[in-house]
Amino acid sequence: MKYSYFPGCSLKGTGRAYEESLLPVFQALGVELEELDDWNCCGATAYMAVDEVKACVMASRNLALAEKAGHQELLAPCSACYLVLNKTKHYLHESPAVEAVVQKALHQANLTYSGNTPVRHPLDVLINNVGIDAIKKRVTQPLKGLKVAPYYGCQIVRPYASFDDQYNPTTMDRLLEAIGCTIVTYPLKTRCCGGSLTGTLPEPGLLCAYVLLKEAIARGAEVVATVCPLCQFNLDCYRDKMVAKWGGETVPDPRKAGARIAVGPRLDIPVVFFTQLIGLAFGLTEKELGLQRGFTPLRRPAPAQPQTAAA
Amino acid sequence: MDKVNGNHEARIGFYVCHCGHNIAAMVDCTEVAKYVGQLPGVVLSRDYKYMCSDPGQELIQKDIKEFDLNRVVVASCSPLLHEHTFRSAVEAGGLNPFFFHMVNIREHVSWVHTNRDEATAKAKALARAAIRRVAHHRALDVKKVPIHPDVLVVGGGIAGIHAALTLAKAGKKVYLVEREPSIGGHMAKFDKTFPTLDCAACILTPKMSEVGAHENITLWSYSEVVKMDGYVGNYTVTVKRRPRYINEDLCTGCQECIANCVYREPKFPDDFNEGLGKRKPVYIPFPQATPQVVLIDPEVCLNFKRGVLTDKCKKTCVEACGEKKAIDFQQKEEFQEIKVGTIIVATGFQAFDVARMPQYGYGRYPNVYTALEVERLVNASGPTAGDVLLRDGRHPKSIGIIHCVGSRDKKTNRWCSRVCCMYSMKLAHLLKEHTEAEIYNFYIDIRAPGKGYEEFYDKLLEEGVHFIRGRVGEVTDWAFIPEEEGKLVIRVEDTLANVVRRIPVDMVVLSTGLEPQPDAQAVRRLFNMSCGSEGFFLERHPKLAPVNTFTDGIYLAGCCQSPKDIPDSVAQAGAAAAEAMVLIDKGHIEQEPNTAYVLDDCSGCKSCIPLCPYTAITFNEGTKKADINEALCKGCGTCVGSCPSGSIVQNLFEDEEVFSEIQGVLAND
Repeated sequence: MKYSYFPGCSLKGTGRAYEESLLPVFQALGVELEELDDWNCCGATAYMAVDEVKACVMASRNLALAEKAGHQELLAPCSACYLVLNKTKHYLHESPAVEAVVQKALHQANLTYSGNTPVRHPLDVLINNVGIDAIKKRVTQPLKGLKVAPYYGCQIVRPYASFDDQYNPTTMDRLLEAIGCTIVTYPLKTRCCGGSLTGTLPEPGLLCAYVLLKEAIARGAEVVATVCPLCQFNLDCYRDKMVAKWGGETVPDPRKAGARIAVGPRLDIPVVFFTQLIGLAFGLTEKELGLQRGFTPLRRPAPAQPQTAAA
Repeated sequence: MDKVNGNHEARIGFYVCHCGHNIAAMVDCTEVAKYVGQLPGVVLSRDYKYMCSDPGQELIQKDIKEFDLNRVVVASCSPLLHEHTFRSAVEAGGLNPFFFHMVNIREHVSWVHTNRDEATAKAKALARAAIRRVAHHRALDVKKVPIHPDVLVVGGGIAGIHAALTLAKAGKKVYLVEREPSIGGHMAKFDKTFPTLDCAACILTPKMSEVGAHENITLWSYSEVVKMDGYVGNYTVTVKRRPRYINEDLCTGCQECIANCVYREPKFPDDFNEGLGKRKPVYIPFPQATPQVVLIDPEVCLNFKRGVLTDKCKKTCVEACGEKKAIDFQQKEEFQEIKVGTIIVATGFQAFDVARMPQYGYGRYPNVYTALEVERLVNASGPTAGDVLLRDGRHPKSIGIIHCVGSRDKKTNRWCSRVCCMYSMKLAHLLKEHTEAEIYNFYIDIRAPGKGYEEFYDKLLEEGVHFIRGRVGEVTDWAFIPEEEGKLVIRVEDTLANVVRRIPVDMVVLSTGLEPQPDAQAVRRLFNMSCGSEGFFLERHPKLAPVNTFTDGIYLAGCCQSPKDIPDSVAQAGAAAAEAMVLIDKGHIEQEPNTAYVLDDCSGCKSCIPLCPYTAITFNEGTKKADINEALCKGCGTCVGSCPSGSIVQNLFEDEEVFSEIQGVLAND
């Protein structure tokens, strides 16, 4: 198995830990990733709102490069890239007018786009190409009992739900269960993280991010697992502001019916990429997986029960 | 011009119809009439505002006599609508009705073109083709085929029940075949009916008993039609009767076997109660089931192991049955063949599968219910005897009813299911009555277009039921504020107030839409019918033949044709029964003589025989040639096209007729 790999800006910047964990996990599973040579901005969701056609041109250059590289499929781990690349494919397929503009622009760079490169998400590849069984076989240190809230964000299931359910996705749940985690019921799976509002209109933006963490706490999760660099950023980076604003709130105690617990002290729940959890289960070190980069780093759960520390 | 009838010249009368503006607005009818008038063989050419009107038809009759016409062509609408009208007019004028030919310049020309000149040119070409063709027409006789007086009704819901009773009361013999162990269909599960709030069982069960007792009705429940052969008036139908492991003739319905089953308590999900209640392996679906006969579920009965008899139970049921000896573990499925002349298909609908809309949480949140479940929950004979007790053991203080689940939705079903607004409001009323809870209806539009329906809506508003306009986004158990904790939260955009609301409730009811039965396509093939794009069976004409299908002698009733309420289903069932009686009481049908016949030069190669879809061709050992049974031939032309020696000819589609028609279209004069 070999894929062209499109990191996008986040996986080289704020979401570095995603790349740092994705690459060794895929390597451990025997999936070869070849970074696309000379890739550019994916076109980005924000730019789509300014000028869709130009955004399509940017995205399609990456698609054309992948075709030129000769691999069958392009892996786009960042949710925004995944969506923009797929949206571009959709637009080019639906609209001859957009396609004409794009082809003309690509032609000037001696590139063409044929539409034959599927854009795939790591969850999709892990479930449908690698398979749960192969992943289970690689697990050396199962994360037994680690309670995880699986958070998918919006972009990988909306508007295109190509490999998972639009309203109740389960691919990450199944992957994390396979490595030993306990999945808590998390009805906010696909709810907005605040997106870029945390930068532009902080009040509603932060509220979006906060309710996600609050609910994870109320559900008894010890860690939030995500697939998206922006989700991870929004949930991880504004805790001080959240504590200042809502730290006094309480939620029902997930361990004791009728009791309540304060949210504030628990807002430091770690928010990690799902690949980091898989890496831990594969026996990779925290450092190899970029786990030290989180504001609240996740520590490997203590080996569970009585089995008195065998050597 | 070609000769007709050996020695007479063709003397053709041509009429082009304006159809008001329908044709005249896009086709220059005067110009078409003028053009056709100068074609060889045409004696007379007229344009007229409405050819189908009485004066239009009289004009044809008068002209035939006055101008000694022997052929007539009318260019107007579709032959489906008026071919019969004009053939009759020609016949009344003294000619054989098949000396007439019709050209469709409305559906094929004026309605589908936007350029008047081109449309006029096309109308001329089609008229020219008909003029050339009609000269070759021969006099034909209409055949009469006798109609078998018995009727098959497929499906024993309210539509099938009503159709069967109507026919039986008129003295017709009816076979009523129902797949489930009892007739009654969906209506039997309902608590009350809208808008009158009649008890559904009280009005349905007398009709069910009447079906069971009627001497003219043979009721086969737990049975399915598996094969249909033949043609209108003479259908041969095979019915598979599934084993109930109870001899229907010996069972008295005393239910001693149920009381004495080794399972002391009911243990298995009860379909009739939508799985909310339990039943034993030997059971009767509901108290008023018709026929009043128990059945054994071999999947769970101890005497069977997953359907295979093992003989391992103590058989306390057999002891309890005693001298009646009605229990028969050896019973096998049976196939029965019956002859009927007409068939009424009333196979109903299935409720939308809510698993297709996971955002509403059905299956994840125990207190989310489907509307059919709630019908059972509020029913006095339901699993809780009418007590609205939630799955988590509480009584609801607030209830949200979500309309249009699986209706009016591009992602699932696009159509309006027509009954959901009304049944949602009915359930709102009943739930309020049973629980005094606050009730919220979430709707897109309230559709209450029936007798007393709008008034029912008004009544609900007065009762204080809340109505919020907006399609619900999701049902979640995620609490935003402490007041929402432990509740189901309905998130919706209130499109009247222009706000997004979160409404916490204890119970959610999903008003599921109606969709075709999962095996509708198989049933369609079985009875040689058509389906619309959504999968409901297609009526012959949406306005004027709403219970007919494209197969003669097969009629539709109830929700298998489209979603409808009980009054409409009953009305349609009555109409279907009346249509069947038209054929039965007439005793015969007249068949279009467009059948194929074999010429003497048939070589007897038999290649046509397996090709005939109607098994109308046999090999005559005496003459060593193929024989075509006119009664079975449907005029499809398959044999004509396939005959290697060109020895099969089809009336109205003979070579000269078809070739001169083609030449006429392609001619350039």
